[in-house]
Amino acid sequence: MSDTPFKNIAIGIAFSPTLEANVSEAARLTCMMGAKLSLIHVGKGNADKKQLIDTFIGNCGQEQLSYEVIFKEGDPVEVILETVKKRNIDLLLLGALKKENFVKFYLGSIARKITRKAICSVLLITNPRVERKSCKNMVVSGLKGAHTKRTIETAFFVAHRLGSNQLTIVEEIERQKVSIKVDDDQSLRKANLLQEKLKRQEETRVRRILSHIPEEHKKDIHIETQAIFGQRGYSIGHYAEIVRADLLVMNAPQKSSLLHRFFPHDLEHILNELPTDVLIIR
Amino acid sequence: MTKKKTHIKGFFKALPKNIFSGFVVSLIALPLGLGLAMASNAPPIAGVIAAVVGGVVVSVLGGSHVTISGPGNGLVGVILVAVATLGLNGTYAAIICSGALLTLLGFLRMGKLADFFPSSAIQGMLAAIGLIILGKQFHIMMGNEMKLAGSVEYLIAIPSTIIGAFSYDNSGFTYAATAGILALAIMVFYPKIRNKYFHLVPAPMWIVLLSIGFSYFYELVLKQPHPVDPSYMISEIPTGAQIISDIPKPDFSLVNSFGFWGSVLAITLIASIESLLSIKAVDQLDPQKRRSNVNRDLKALGIATVGSGFLGGLNVVAVIARSSVNVNNGGSNRSSNFAHAFFLVIFILLFSTQLTRIPLPALMAILVYTGYKLASPRNIAKIFKIGKEQLIIFSTTLLVTLFVGLISGILAGVFMTFFIHVMINKDLELFIKNWSKPNVLMFKEKRGDQSYYIHVKHYCTFLNFYKLKEKLNAIPETKDAVLDLSLCEFVDHTVMENLSAYQEVFHKRGGHLEIIGLDLHGTDSEHPFALRRLIPGIPFLTDNLTKRQITLEEIAKDYSLNYEADVKDDTEVLDNFRYFRTKRIEKVYNRLFNKDHSFSVFDIHYSEGEFIAKEDVRTTMIHIKLNHHIPEFTLDREGFMERLYSIAGYDDIPIDNHSDFSKRFYLLGDEPKMVQNYFNDDLVRFFESNSYYHVESDGNSLLIFRSQRTAGVKEIKKLIAFGERLAEIVLREEGLYI
Repeated sequence: MSDTPFKNIAIGIAFSPTLEANVSEAARLTCMMGAKLSLIHVGKGNADKKQLIDTFIGNCGQEQLSYEVIFKEGDPVEVILETVKKRNIDLLLLGALKKENFVKFYLGSIARKITRKAICSVLLITNPRVERKSCKNMVVSGLKGAHTKRTIETAFFVAHRLGSNQLTIVEEIERQKVSIKVDDDQSLRKANLLQEKLKRQEETRVRRILSHIPEEHKKDIHIETQAIFGQRGYSIGHYAEIVRADLLVMNAPQKSSLLHRFFPHDLEHILNELPTDVLIIR
Repeated sequence: MTKKKTHIKGFFKALPKNIFSGFVVSLIALPLGLGLAMASNAPPIAGVIAAVVGGVVVSVLGGSHVTISGPGNGLVGVILVAVATLGLNGTYAAIICSGALLTLLGFLRMGKLADFFPSSAIQGMLAAIGLIILGKQFHIMMGNEMKLAGSVEYLIAIPSTIIGAFSYDNSGFTYAATAGILALAIMVFYPKIRNKYFHLVPAPMWIVLLSIGFSYFYELVLKQPHPVDPSYMISEIPTGAQIISDIPKPDFSLVNSFGFWGSVLAITLIASIESLLSIKAVDQLDPQKRRSNVNRDLKALGIATVGSGFLGGLNVVAVIARSSVNVNNGGSNRSSNFAHAFFLVIFILLFSTQLTRIPLPALMAILVYTGYKLASPRNIAKIFKIGKEQLIIFSTTLLVTLFVGLISGILAGVFMTFFIHVMINKDLELFIKNWSKPNVLMFKEKRGDQSYYIHVKHYCTFLNFYKLKEKLNAIPETKDAVLDLSLCEFVDHTVMENLSAYQEVFHKRGGHLEIIGLDLHGTDSEHPFALRRLIPGIPFLTDNLTKRQITLEEIAKDYSLNYEADVKDDTEVLDNFRYFRTKRIEKVYNRLFNKDHSFSVFDIHYSEGEFIAKEDVRTTMIHIKLNHHIPEFTLDREGFMERLYSIAGYDDIPIDNHSDFSKRFYLLGDEPKMVQNYFNDDLVRFFESNSYYHVESDGNSLLIFRSQRTAGVKEIKKLIAFGERLAEIVLREEGLYI
């Protein structure tokens, strides 16, 4: 594991009422990670706009921040993805929109497309604020996969840097895995035994990963594991929502084809209903 | 291996009881089978064939424990239509096909099918079926058989039949009507007469016995022909040999027609819904609280239906009334279902000619009563209490079913429900967008007492209840579970009703299901729904005391007890008593109690059985809490009933040196030795010298009552005196006992 997984952080910005909040969040986060920030605006640039951004960054008191504002015209999705590639960005921040009259968040179509196609990690911010709200409670997906180890490692790094004190690793146990159908008392007992067994297996797997995390990162963090039963991808968002997590960290899916949009899986569920801030690790 | 051995041993130990209860059930099944078949315009024996085939096949292959299978009343309507359009042999073909479909449903694990129907719509459908049965059979019961176009016409013609009954030209018709009305009176007043000897024979069998008795009375004593017109007597019942030689040939020639499959679908739909609802209800009555394997039962019922169809019988479904009689008479496994089939065969073989002595109107009275129970105004009042919108759903289903047909009726109910839900929420998107989402999350909490936690998002209605149900089913009922609905924007009546049934099951098996997060819904103006009304009990009017209640208040003062008239929902203390194992406590009210609640007198309303076999009982009891442990026992007056039970496997515990006591009292207990030790001279003498009460101990407390009706003021005083003296002796005993 490299010293910091995030060296170059970028945020796509629009000159909307949430600009100040978005910029402040990005600036703070970049500082905490010890990284460089690129602010990408798709459109014509001018001195006024640059001035505005400078003021916002100055306001949030992150003087030591090294940042750069990029103005570029074109198709928003393409411009951002291109910049990410060219500048070696490894974390992209995107702001979500708030549904009118609801406390629900959703992702605009552009942000969605970027999230699907981006080659770097993505952080979806649901409720950007000018003032800092601390990120205390993190939920991490421990779903078995090729990148799980890296995801959990990164999660601990982030938790360490953001000063979180509670980190829950969630193992999703799929319904398909509990192959015994519950019909009567007997099959119920069997199914429960199987569930317990699966739970123990998952637990050992996660424990093994945990043992490789540097002690420094685990310091002062209360670590918990929790097995949940539900649909893959969807249920972890649901869980994060009810435990009122401040950040949900999860793997990026292997691929996201058109078919998946009609039969939503992992990521698409989360994009549909953002439960909280989501960090997608690639 | 040893587990299997004890299993077999237990089976044989319970066998006598099961055979006994199978016998009692067959007493009901015989008249009901005949009646249901005739109501469906099929030969009377068809119903009995269905019951026999069902009893044999389902007892061997089925997945439930105490349900009885046989012809079902819900199917009368659809089979009636099928017989009219397809002919009798075509109907048998349709029955066979529906049996195959039912088996398929079982294999596809569609036991959850019934969950997709809103409960008010199902209620409406059942009420419509009740009206169809009632409308048609009422005329036969009154000796005025007629052929009309539709079920509605039959209902409209009821008043004219009643008026016409007073002016029959043929006295044979008048006698027929008299027989019918007498039989109906037996059905109505049977539950109200609380005499155990009278209750040894179920009401439908009383009708059969009395009818046959009358017939013999006319033949042998009066030497006159039977007064009821011959056309109103049960037609020829074939003998066993005839049944086998006359097996009908199912006519599959209509297989390509639209009407045929319409009938098959209707029959399958009703058969599966009736069976699934019955299994669900009977599982709640099972004293051992086992969980039925619904899909296995569906398969067995389907196979039984195919067999029954080939032999010239009706559909086989799981039936609630007979099952509940089974439970009440001590049936504990599927052998009782088999026994019921066995006794039916014996009845047909031995008494088939006697059965033709039963007047048709008497038999139809049983069905009229069944129909009335299904469509009883009380049900409608109950639905109205839940909410006006439920009444709309109910009446839509009811009317469409009556005027158009069953399938259209239930579909109309489903659409109406959905429409109302959308209207209430003013949000169609909520339902459509979130339907496919896996909105239920379950996990076992790691902190605290490790209870299961279920959380539901978006909405929870009949549309997606199956998802929640799947999760609930995966929790052992002995555990604690919390269901959080706080993020649910909308919860409908069907879900609330089902959840309260789940709560009851959890409660009875020692677990606990808590529903949280609905408090806000009540105050939110967007949810003016049945939500708040269903969870807490319905408030009881206390400002208007009756004369008896005022006297009770005075008695309370006399004995320096407290008095409260209102209903108490928490009846947990009573659940442990053997007496309440197969009974459902509806409410406890008019309570007189002392300061620490260790001595309380109360009126109690409980029910036993379901449906036509449901009996409501109101009585007065004393409950005395003890500070020490005593053996569990049940003590009652010795009687005929108990002798009969002892044949079926219950043992009376004898007390040495007190043969008089043993002769007069009937003592039951799980650990006879402990009970024998406990009943010392003092206690025995006390019981001997006082009047008879039913006294029961659950280990920590005593329950005392006498009759199965609410006690009068004098009786209450006596009861209190008895209780106080008994408590004194038991407390004194404590010193000796330790």
